[in-house]
Amino acid sequence: MSGLLFLEQSLNGLQFGLMLFLLAAGLTLVFGIMDMINLAHGSLYMIGAYLMATLAQATGSFWIALPLALAATALVGAILELTLLRRLYGRDHLAQVLATFAVILIANEVVRIVWGPQPLLLNAPPSLTGPVTLPGGLQYASYRLLIIGVGILVALLLYFLIAKTRVGMLVRAGASNREMALAMGVDIRRLFTAVFALGAALCALAGAMLGPILAVQVGMGENILILAFVVIVIGGIGSIRGALVGALLVGIVDTSGRAFLPLFFGVFLPPQFASAAGPALASVLIYLLMAVVLFFRPQGLFPARG
Amino acid sequence: MLELRNVSKHFGGVVATDDVTLEVALGEVHALIGPNGAGKTTLIAQISGMLSVDAGRVIFEGEDITRLPAHARVRAGLARSYQVTSIFRRFSVLENLALAVQARSGSSFSFWRPLAAETALVDEARALARDIDLHEKQDVAAGMLAHGEQRALEVGLALATRPRLLLLDEPMAGMGPQESARMIGLIERLRSRVTVLLVEHDMDAVFRLASRISVLVNGRLIASGAPQAIRRDPEVRRAYLGEDLAA
Amino acid sequence: MKRVLACFVVLAAFPLVMQAMDNLFYVSLASRMLIYAIAATSLNLALGYGGMVSFGHAAFFGAGAYTVAILATEGISNLWLAWPAAVVVAAVAALMIGAVSLRTRGVYFIMITLAFAQMVYYIFVSLKEYGGEDGLPLPGRSSGLPLSLADDVTWYYLVLALFAATLYGLYRLSRSRFGRVIEAIRENEVRAEAIGFPVYRYKLACFVLSGAAAGLAGALIANQASYVSPSLLHWIQSGTLMIMVILGGVGTLWGGALGAIALLALEHLISDYQIDWLERLAPNYQDHAGLAVGVVLLAIVLAAPQGLAGMLSGKRRA
Repeated sequence: MSGLLFLEQSLNGLQFGLMLFLLAAGLTLVFGIMDMINLAHGSLYMIGAYLMATLAQATGSFWIALPLALAATALVGAILELTLLRRLYGRDHLAQVLATFAVILIANEVVRIVWGPQPLLLNAPPSLTGPVTLPGGLQYASYRLLIIGVGILVALLLYFLIAKTRVGMLVRAGASNREMALAMGVDIRRLFTAVFALGAALCALAGAMLGPILAVQVGMGENILILAFVVIVIGGIGSIRGALVGALLVGIVDTSGRAFLPLFFGVFLPPQFASAAGPALASVLIYLLMAVVLFFRPQGLFPARG
Repeated sequence: MLELRNVSKHFGGVVATDDVTLEVALGEVHALIGPNGAGKTTLIAQISGMLSVDAGRVIFEGEDITRLPAHARVRAGLARSYQVTSIFRRFSVLENLALAVQARSGSSFSFWRPLAAETALVDEARALARDIDLHEKQDVAAGMLAHGEQRALEVGLALATRPRLLLLDEPMAGMGPQESARMIGLIERLRSRVTVLLVEHDMDAVFRLASRISVLVNGRLIASGAPQAIRRDPEVRRAYLGEDLAA
Repeated sequence: MKRVLACFVVLAAFPLVMQAMDNLFYVSLASRMLIYAIAATSLNLALGYGGMVSFGHAAFFGAGAYTVAILATEGISNLWLAWPAAVVVAAVAALMIGAVSLRTRGVYFIMITLAFAQMVYYIFVSLKEYGGEDGLPLPGRSSGLPLSLADDVTWYYLVLALFAATLYGLYRLSRSRFGRVIEAIRENEVRAEAIGFPVYRYKLACFVLSGAAAGLAGALIANQASYVSPSLLHWIQSGTLMIMVILGGVGTLWGGALGAIALLALEHLISDYQIDWLERLAPNYQDHAGLAVGVVLLAIVLAAPQGLAGMLSGKRRA
């Protein structure tokens, strides 16, 4: 097992983790502040990717399409919040689950109607299609490095926003104690819409960035949504820091598991078992991780509420 | 009957219970008083098992129950009523009481036999309804009762588990004079059957009912003894009664 | 009571009428509806009666189905072996998932059940020799009874009998000591614990019973089409079961059944009967039945949270 392989997988894990973080950040804020389960978060990710693919096609440029896609998805998110999700605040979790599940069904069908059932093509920007040689000799896709860069940048921006600005303070106050925030006169409704729109934009960013690597197709949201849930459960609801730590943990464990477990099993199991057991265990690895974390810390690693 | 030895509890930096050593004797009505925020409910929660103690021991009838979970303490004979009414609102008064009796009598991992066939449960529930003076409203949904009646049901639920020690957390909370009088009467009737640890603000009730009084201020026990002695204790007057007189 | 008897008389007479009309397709459809009615009723036990919003019920449903399919592939088709095995496997899965999940509450619980169920999905999908992503066909329906279950009408009656048994079981359960405790826990969990009920144990028992019944439904669905697909384990399936429960009425005896039958009927109507003017308005609308389901679900959550059972009986759930 070479050091280069190890480095490559670590970078892949980092890349995946950072994108998960984009999804998880929005999700955890919505859970933390509005106490609402939002299954439709994955749909926003999907819509972001679809809009990006369409806009990239239309404008011919990845970089022009990106901010447009983010803005458009943020708008969709805001509209969704204003028309529908408002009515769900304060209702029991079952109602929220079912209503947002309905949104998933509707969103999937609408996308299928508008764009058809075939996956869309989304290409990385032409300047970044080649590999880059990293110190140590590893050839690594430059686009993936871009993703890592964008992810780190956004993480820093979010940290700055949440920890150092007034708006961020309001968000943190809302996450740890909603009633208190209300009592302090925070216009909770505008805050909610803003938080939701921000979350939608983050989803769109993840969708747009991952589009060239994963497929842009109906149902792409659901798979990644569950991972985002696992991230938040591990990280602690309402905490951005928890979302980051959880996302990196999940990203690295999942990627490394898929890469190394089959090899690991291949060492001392006969090949037909290794080829089945490896991937099987790799897929469940993060759920085991989640179970272990919950056993010791049922509220996650960094719960926002005490 | 109940002994607290050096019980302490803190939440983060806040000390809620500060090295409390307290004793409740068999058969007495022991009142626990103190200003708001003194930590009375926190202490009750630690005795009933809903909160864990950080230090110290809780000893009930000679047995150390410090680590025993709440439902096991109930089975051991220790029951509690709540300051904020916590009843089963959609159940009728009778059903509320029957449920508590059910908890006490046999296993409820019974999936097939109809509950309605168990007349013993219902009979005991009816008797309890009489005890708490709600027998005329026994089929009314608990959520529909007047506040004072709900508080009586609160006590009834605790009573239904046939406790030997009853922890009453501000049973008279939010009650007008008439309702308070009825509650005082209820507690009076209970004297012979259970030992009572009573948390209350209503000083009238406290001085009428209590055999002994303990005073809690900022989580610390500052005095404990006969009612007259407490009344005259200068520290108590200063910390608690004195504040009212001065104001 | 009379309404219930009338229902079952109709259900029993139904295939005979269909036989006379020489239209056995509907008998098969009806047995499929009844199987889902059992599955949805099992979810209603945990969700409606127990108040546990489990988003992972498909795991137990699918585990039961896969158990029967895998046993059949290995040569064991006797229902006296395979079906109890399905129930046991589902119950064990529910025990393990429930034991961990029930230590959490609220939002965490929902997400954790979802995550664990997805884990079960991945486990079964990774079993390449048992179909993997393509699913696993069965050599035929289970054996073990003097009559052949390959006959759709016989199959229907067996399913109907099991459906009736499930419903009756839930009925007795809801009136038992256990049922009363579960109801109390749903009403006021803290006080139930304070009265002396070890709440965790009761919730876990309820969860396991619910999973076991789902396992039985799974065994039946495997036999229905002699095929199991991994989609049975997918969380979309969990969501569908939840839709059935809320459609029919959360926490009511017939809620699961009504919801399952209504939803499957709706899907069947949309996909199998083309409404011409609708087709002109929206071409290929039949491919997008999911949209109708989504909209109906949304409407129910927002406007009629009591579901069909609530509307039929005109009262709030007790």
